[in-house]
Amino acid sequence: MGHSYHSPSWAAGGDVAAGSDAMADRGRVLVLAGGLCHEREVSLRSGRRVAEALRARGVEVEVRDVDALLLPALRADPPWVVFPVLHGAVGEDGAVREVLESLGVPYVGAVPAAARLAFDKPTAKTLTGRVGLRSPRGVALPHQLFRELGAQVLMDALVDQMGLPLMVKPTRGGSALGASVVREPADLATAMMGCFAYSEVALVEQYITGTEVAVAVVDVGDGPVALPPIEIVPDAGVYDYHARYTAGATEFFVPQRRGPSVDEECRQVALTAHRTLGLRDVSRTDLIVDAAGMTWFLEANVAPGMTETSLLPMAAEAAGLDVGQLYLDLCRVAGSRRTTAAV
Amino acid sequence: MSQETSAEQPAGSRLDPHLARYAQRTRSMTASEIRALFAVASRPEVVSLAGGMPNLAALPLDSLGEMLREMTATRGTVALQYGSGQGDERLREQICEVMALEGITAHPDDVVVTVGSQQALDLVARIFLDPADVVLAEAPSYVGALGTFAAYQARVVHVAMDADGLVPDALRATLASLAARGVHPKLLYTVPNHHNPMGVSLAAERRLEVLDIADRAGVLVLEDNPYGLLGFDGSTHRALRAEDARNVVYLGTFSKTFAPGLRVGWALAPHGVRERLVLASEASILCPSAFSQLVVSTYLDRTPWLEQVKSFREMYRERRDAMLESLAAVMPPGTRWTRPEGGFYVWLTLPDGLDSKALLPRAVSARVAYVPGTAFYADGTGGEAMRLSYCFPSPERIRDGVHRLAGAIQAETELVDTFGASGRGAPDATAPAPDTV
Repeated sequence: MGHSYHSPSWAAGGDVAAGSDAMADRGRVLVLAGGLCHEREVSLRSGRRVAEALRARGVEVEVRDVDALLLPALRADPPWVVFPVLHGAVGEDGAVREVLESLGVPYVGAVPAAARLAFDKPTAKTLTGRVGLRSPRGVALPHQLFRELGAQVLMDALVDQMGLPLMVKPTRGGSALGASVVREPADLATAMMGCFAYSEVALVEQYITGTEVAVAVVDVGDGPVALPPIEIVPDAGVYDYHARYTAGATEFFVPQRRGPSVDEECRQVALTAHRTLGLRDVSRTDLIVDAAGMTWFLEANVAPGMTETSLLPMAAEAAGLDVGQLYLDLCRVAGSRRTTAAV
Repeated sequence: MSQETSAEQPAGSRLDPHLARYAQRTRSMTASEIRALFAVASRPEVVSLAGGMPNLAALPLDSLGEMLREMTATRGTVALQYGSGQGDERLREQICEVMALEGITAHPDDVVVTVGSQQALDLVARIFLDPADVVLAEAPSYVGALGTFAAYQARVVHVAMDADGLVPDALRATLASLAARGVHPKLLYTVPNHHNPMGVSLAAERRLEVLDIADRAGVLVLEDNPYGLLGFDGSTHRALRAEDARNVVYLGTFSKTFAPGLRVGWALAPHGVRERLVLASEASILCPSAFSQLVVSTYLDRTPWLEQVKSFREMYRERRDAMLESLAAVMPPGTRWTRPEGGFYVWLTLPDGLDSKALLPRAVSARVAYVPGTAFYADGTGGEAMRLSYCFPSPERIRDGVHRLAGAIQAETELVDTFGASGRGAPDATAPAPDTV
């Protein structure tokens, strides 16, 4: 494995209880989870997992929802670090991070501007395309445009121009909510409506047939490092909500089965996306490796899922890392930003 | 998905090492988007018209607390001990008195106390249903019952309802059609009073007819009656069991007339059935909670509980009125709904071409939640309708929720206008939503 992480403190089964790391720089971690978005359930599950893993490392953790009580609580008793595990809008589009910035509370993850860029899939595709990452041809189309131009005419044009199959998904959002694969022209209208139920703008992309791969990138102070790429093989063929959150409905392979050169290429794509989008601390890039072995960038996630069936914890484990230690290291890096600012 | 593989084939992981061990009957227990969306409904910003949670605001908690304290002091060693598998004898006598309000004459020996009527449902399914057996149920039907039947791998065949409940002609036709294929259903599951989810009641003139059809066809009637005492005009329908003690198993509960947290329900069954229910219950839970039973028994003995039920009825009627008034005021043309005379639910049918499951994310974005109609059908149909609960939110919140829902329906109508009704695909089966959402 080319890019495994080398910090000894990450080794699973290390000195957990006593804490070989200095504890003095550690305070209460506030895990933000929930929110008022469609992915609330996933976020709550991620939040519980992160809290559990940090507590196992002896960290004091509080889990909070994003609600009217949050700001007063942050002001009255600022935590050492905020660990946002919020998915979907507000959580991933930079809005909550903007508030944390204004309060001067250090947090894990990307700055607001970078989160905004990455969360908007067409923008992320454009930016990563400029540095040479290949992504499926696609167009972002608001609901209103279908009304103005005529839905059937526009859908016919999409099929003519891009062919089939197509991938339809909300431009903003995750967990495959509102996303579907279109294999027949007659199914496009259903897919568009399913998408517009979640988002005002739909991204219609060429569907690249191939191996689905996810690569987590973490940076605990020595620069971004790609964790082992994970190959995803959903039983039903599509990595939808059911396949993501039903244990057993998807088979995962680490290392992925396309060989070492593909492994390296996937890591490089993820690192390039992470750097290009200005992401920080942690991200997860989803991509497809086609039959010819070419990698296609799909999207980068600012707040990757951390549930019991999520890919980031799986990748960490595959790298021989203790997730609790990884989360703690991410907190420490975030916490050090406060120190830096204060100096 | 094409995969060019390397020479070395690593083993895949499915994250759950027990995957190969699960019983076939757990196949339907999976994650669903609908379930995930309900998580948002727990936020106070969202008006949840989804859950069927009784509103306990009217319970006199102070005096209940005093009653519990005294009960624990004087009968604590009984309350905290194991009890009889069939249930406390005194409580079974009291249950017979409760059922007498609906015309039922019963002996306490034929009552089995259960952990809510949901456990009674489970026990009935357990002793009667083999995999692939057929159960008849109203269209739509209570989601919790569908989940139980699915757990025993039974097949549910729905029978049409109208504003007067189960349609006898449809029942006859369904039985004939099944018989022609050599299929003989074992059970007819019905909620005759203030139906969940439709909110309607089986008309008095249909009751004997339904019983007669079932009896002739050799189908046991499973009468589930959680809302029977919650008729808004104070009247009660005569129970099916009141007319037929031989071919009806009756399920009751204190969840809607007292407190669901106690989990006390019951089954009243003919002698032979009761024997097996008791044995099945003992094998499953040993005995129902002695504490909960004693609480209910003391409550029935010491308090004017029918007055409390009257308070519940009045509270629910006020909420029903708020919902019906706001539906009439704001729902777009083409929307239809039932007008319940009791219970918790309105069944709303959307304008043509709209699908309640597809609408749910938009509704949740608009801060209102409901249960899509698909949850109440075993075959994934029912997308044209939804269940709205008025039992829990305040009348003001109900009005807000209905306004928000109307806005979401309007926006969805525009979407359907844009893409045409063909954009709504074939229905697909969804894991039933939990009723306590």
